[in-house]
Amino acid sequence: MIETPLTGNIKPGVSLDIKAYEAAGGYQGLRKALQQMTPPEVTTLVKESNLRGRGGAGFSTGMKWSFVPMNVEGPKYLICNADEMEPGTFKDRWLLEGNPHQLLEGMIISAYAIQATTSFVFLRWAYKKAAQEIRRAIAEAHAAGYLGQNILGTGFHLDMHLHTGVGRYMCGEETALLNSLEGKRAVPRAKPPFPQISGLFGKPTIVNNVETLCFIPHIVNKGAAWFQSLSRTGDGGTKIYGVSGRVNKPGAWELPMGVTMRELIEEHAGGMQHGYNFRGALPGGASTDFLTTAHMDVPMDFTSVAAAGSRLGTGTMVVLDDHTCPVGFVHNLEHFFAQESCGFCTPCREGLPWTEKILYALERGEGTEADLEQLDLHTRLLGPGNTFCALAPGAMEPLQSALKYFREDFEQHVHEKKCPYGNYTH
Amino acid sequence: MFTKKNVRMAIIHIDGKTYQVKEGRNLLETCLSLGLDLPYFCWHPALGSVGACRQCAVKTFKDEQDTKGRLVMSCMEPVKDQLRLSISDKEAAAFREQVIGWLMTNHPHDCAVCDEGGSCHLQDMTVMTGHSYRNYHFTKRTHKNQYLGPFLNHEMNRCIQCYRCVRFYKDFAGGKDMDVFAAHNHVYFGRHQDGILESEFSGNLAEVCPTGVFTDKTLKQHYTRKWDMTYAPSVCQGCGLGCNIIAGERYGSLRQITTRYNGAVNGYFLCDRGRYGYEFVNSDRRIKQAAVRNLTGTNVGTAEALQQVKDKLASGKVIGIGSPRASLESNFALQQLVGRDHFHLGMSDTEHDLTTLALKILRQGHVRTPSMQEAATADAVLILGEDLLNTAPMMALSVRQAVNRQPAQEAMNTAHVADWQDAAVREAMQDKHGPCFILNVQPTKLDELATRAYYTAPETIARIGFALARQLGAPLAEINHLTEEEHQLVEQMAAALMSAARPLIIAGYGSACDGVLRAASNICEALHQHAKPSMLVLTTPECNSMGLEMLGGLRLDSAVNVVMNGEADTVIILENDLYRKLDKHVADNFFSRCKEVILIDHLYNATAEKATVLLPAGTFAESDGTMVNNEGRAQRFLQVYAPATTEIQESWRWLLQLGRVTNCERLRNMEFFDDVIHALTQQVRCFAGIDKLTPPADFRIAGQKIPREPHRYSGRTAILANINVSEPKPPVDGDTPLSFTMEGYRGEPPSSVIPFFWWPGWNSVQSVNKFQEEIGGSLHDGDPGKRLIEPGGNGQLTFFTEVPGHFVPCAGHLQLVPIYHIYGSEELSVHTPGIAERMPAPYIMLSPEDAKRYQVAEQHQLQIAIDGHPYTFTVKVNPALQRGMAGLPAGLPGTGIVDMPQMAKV
Repeated sequence: MIETPLTGNIKPGVSLDIKAYEAAGGYQGLRKALQQMTPPEVTTLVKESNLRGRGGAGFSTGMKWSFVPMNVEGPKYLICNADEMEPGTFKDRWLLEGNPHQLLEGMIISAYAIQATTSFVFLRWAYKKAAQEIRRAIAEAHAAGYLGQNILGTGFHLDMHLHTGVGRYMCGEETALLNSLEGKRAVPRAKPPFPQISGLFGKPTIVNNVETLCFIPHIVNKGAAWFQSLSRTGDGGTKIYGVSGRVNKPGAWELPMGVTMRELIEEHAGGMQHGYNFRGALPGGASTDFLTTAHMDVPMDFTSVAAAGSRLGTGTMVVLDDHTCPVGFVHNLEHFFAQESCGFCTPCREGLPWTEKILYALERGEGTEADLEQLDLHTRLLGPGNTFCALAPGAMEPLQSALKYFREDFEQHVHEKKCPYGNYTH
Repeated sequence: MFTKKNVRMAIIHIDGKTYQVKEGRNLLETCLSLGLDLPYFCWHPALGSVGACRQCAVKTFKDEQDTKGRLVMSCMEPVKDQLRLSISDKEAAAFREQVIGWLMTNHPHDCAVCDEGGSCHLQDMTVMTGHSYRNYHFTKRTHKNQYLGPFLNHEMNRCIQCYRCVRFYKDFAGGKDMDVFAAHNHVYFGRHQDGILESEFSGNLAEVCPTGVFTDKTLKQHYTRKWDMTYAPSVCQGCGLGCNIIAGERYGSLRQITTRYNGAVNGYFLCDRGRYGYEFVNSDRRIKQAAVRNLTGTNVGTAEALQQVKDKLASGKVIGIGSPRASLESNFALQQLVGRDHFHLGMSDTEHDLTTLALKILRQGHVRTPSMQEAATADAVLILGEDLLNTAPMMALSVRQAVNRQPAQEAMNTAHVADWQDAAVREAMQDKHGPCFILNVQPTKLDELATRAYYTAPETIARIGFALARQLGAPLAEINHLTEEEHQLVEQMAAALMSAARPLIIAGYGSACDGVLRAASNICEALHQHAKPSMLVLTTPECNSMGLEMLGGLRLDSAVNVVMNGEADTVIILENDLYRKLDKHVADNFFSRCKEVILIDHLYNATAEKATVLLPAGTFAESDGTMVNNEGRAQRFLQVYAPATTEIQESWRWLLQLGRVTNCERLRNMEFFDDVIHALTQQVRCFAGIDKLTPPADFRIAGQKIPREPHRYSGRTAILANINVSEPKPPVDGDTPLSFTMEGYRGEPPSSVIPFFWWPGWNSVQSVNKFQEEIGGSLHDGDPGKRLIEPGGNGQLTFFTEVPGHFVPCAGHLQLVPIYHIYGSEELSVHTPGIAERMPAPYIMLSPEDAKRYQVAEQHQLQIAIDGHPYTFTVKVNPALQRGMAGLPAGLPGTGIVDMPQMAKV
């Protein structure tokens, strides 16, 4: 039996209320953390668990927390990044709608660890149902004494607010999220200073992904070793994986970290639909490099996927089949990224629309060899460090890998002066 | 490793060469300071770094073995010891070229019809990176433009999204009505809707914008390329601060004012009055020919005019009236012509008294008056009775920086970032301000920065100031009649000033109350006793008020008296409209008793109507001269171009010629500008050294003069070809080391005589980088100007004890106090159409209690009487105004009342 701490209690169509959550052992982790552990002990425990951020970058959560200065005056903030806007990704929604108290408990413990007194859930605007559930859960937690003054009689105090965004992909970037939360334009900030030092309103702040925070109560309850044991690989825990595309059973599943792509597609997603063949997949959302049939047995964890030339990202896979034009597929993505560029730095603001226009031209049969060179150039020049934040480098990942693995498709568009699939996207 | 100034130094290696540079500054600034060329857009020396444009990419290397390197944005990278970087690295150069390539995907191909063309930073950077051919073959995005008022054009299609405009307008200058809208490649910089940009500093956008989005609208009315203008270094005439400007001319009309960088005065910026108030020079109201009353129909001519004046002076009892808007040289020449005992300062008596007092405080007190750049380093600010944005606008920018000082320092400490990390510092400081207290008769636009703003009568401001000085330990009598709130305010201010390291106190002519100046002085002296290094700014009303005061002369009321009692009947008035210095009924009386009124001025005004002789004077653009700003800094302005008619000449030249025809001993042997300066420095000791402000007229570099025209100046053989195909000899300048031609020394001139900023490859205003010791520092060989007043010269001043009386409203009367307006209160700038458009209509401002008492409301007419003379105004009601007082717009055309404060009967 596979252990599924995050989703085991979630039933389709039902959102656990506080009673059901408590009945399933909820808020025990909070009791333990607040009553038996010091804040640094919580941080150390999380560090030992080797929990890596589930938002996409995979940075060690405990490490992140440890950068928060503990002996400073003034407020500190804990923020849950629930602005799930990565194309193809729907894992956080499952957790938010199905078990909001699990997130709240994780947030309260995390806030305790960094001694934050105010916390926010920054939620994607389109998640109406989740917004409703979170609001209800916050009210219930308040009433039960898990939020507000003197939580569980320990003197710890935490307020929690729900903030719904307005639908910008950029807000998933933690510093742009902070600006947005402050009422400013959602443009990223330069690092350093990191949010742990100067975050929301210039105060020490931790921003963690929903899935990351949901693990915290379980780690506190069951320990670092247990968390490690859930995984098949060095990266601890379970992971919510998702598959979308022309598979028989698209969906999301909580599985041990390190299942292979083959298991995901063939066992959990039920294999490709009849008449469609697998050509490749973006393993962790739109901003990750394609993996192909050659990578079917790569364990889906941060380290192994990186070694295969891509990123685990959000762990939610988008599958490309042999009836879908890879150029059109990438064009659709670049259209999204160009539109979601915040417009702050030149390469992203001007470079992404250029790639989008070239891909569109290719689809219409108007592309040239020189255009392909431009695409190659952009994949290099919009790399990490050249742009202000990771949006454009992320946008280049599917493009550069498509150019690598599906080069013949691009060339066919140029030479035949049309889309051989006849299904361009606009 | 430390230098003398205790700045930590580092060794860095750029493209294999080793340099010693300041540690912690950013790499871009460092490279530019070293004279290296590195392209940039979003960075600005006054605005710091944000890393948006990605144009300044360079490669850094871990060590000597590292050959791969890492691309970094030099503006975001601090200098560290042993840092290795390459500007010329192929990958870095290719990336910089591609950044231009990206910008060009949407930038239009309209250089030929763009106002920025030829002085465009984007053009320069494009050439610098070597981007010549466009690979982008898709459509460009387009925007709608906005109407932004009379000062700026808006052409958003040209925008390269460097974000400098909003960073200057909002973050630096505190503007509220401009922002960046939308996202991705549709970002839009402008207002939320069409409308006049409200900021007093909006014109700087034309210089801050690296391309042609924001351009000077007044220039567009008479457009000329940068390379086609004749330039000279000049000094703004708009207020007493003396910002440095560059004035450009073509075809005999003044075309444009731009900032002349001065590291000690105005830095990179100007206010809109200063930038746009120049068009009076081209006004139809210019006096272009000499005229003598009752000699109509004939063109008098210079010689005849001089002869006529000679006769009139010979038969008259003569006095001279000088001017705070005329140069020291012109005032001095008039003083010499009429004699010291007959020379009156042409200031209103209130302004005269205030300036006398200011001079006394600055000379005899212990506290230094700072330059604007020094003022910006203050960490606590107290403003007494001054609406800076309307009386000395650029000083308000210094205050804005000063109130950021404390929180910015805290932010740098907590976030561990350098001051140039603009976004990070602003994020960490949020909207915190250092201590700032503003006491004024009515709200000011700076109040948003204030820890506390308090509105009361000028006398009460003075009394609160005295109480504050007492609280700080000054041996003064207790001040009565202060309210509980005022006592608390005093305590709060005292605590803030005492805990600051460098408090700044600002007062001046705005309150029209000498008690306020005395209070400011007392506060500074009290702080001095605590060994607290405070700074004192005292504003002055006009561009040369301080210089005139230092020159010395009799009061204006004594001029009125000697004419009224018959001791004098002939007046020579220098560049002055006495209707702006005397109430209308007083001026009318005065002129009715004058037999001869000889006016040397450049604009036809109310005084000109009374003149019996008009002698056409050159404006600042057609003259050389020296002025002294409120800081006591003597500054030289040089003639830009030879006037349209030969009769127009510098006032001092008219006066020298009058001296010659009247055989005036005191003006003997004076012909050129240097002669006047020499005599002035000989005779008036406090002006010692002003002969060194600019090199003398015979100064040459490699045997050559310094050309006023760029080497690309075009069309000079054609300009007058419709009259004569032979190109006329250019005018000869016997007064300055500058020539009126494009020939001459092409290298870098001494800083005081730089006619325009240009450097090979740097055609825009950004070329100033090449003229600075270090970026944002002094110009090579020092910032021009010389401070003539330093504190502690004799240390006589201790404490003023004369406290103004408690203000008590007087039944049936209103005490008139001046309300200043950036657009309208200054005499000359109102003759510029754009400024005139922004001017308010005359009004009388009442408190709600008085409005009720006199049964008037907004827009009603209210008649008041001064000495029985009626004046009628439209009513404005201001709840902040003290009962018993009424605000009148100072200096606004059509107001008629000048002498304020005074009591008016309702």
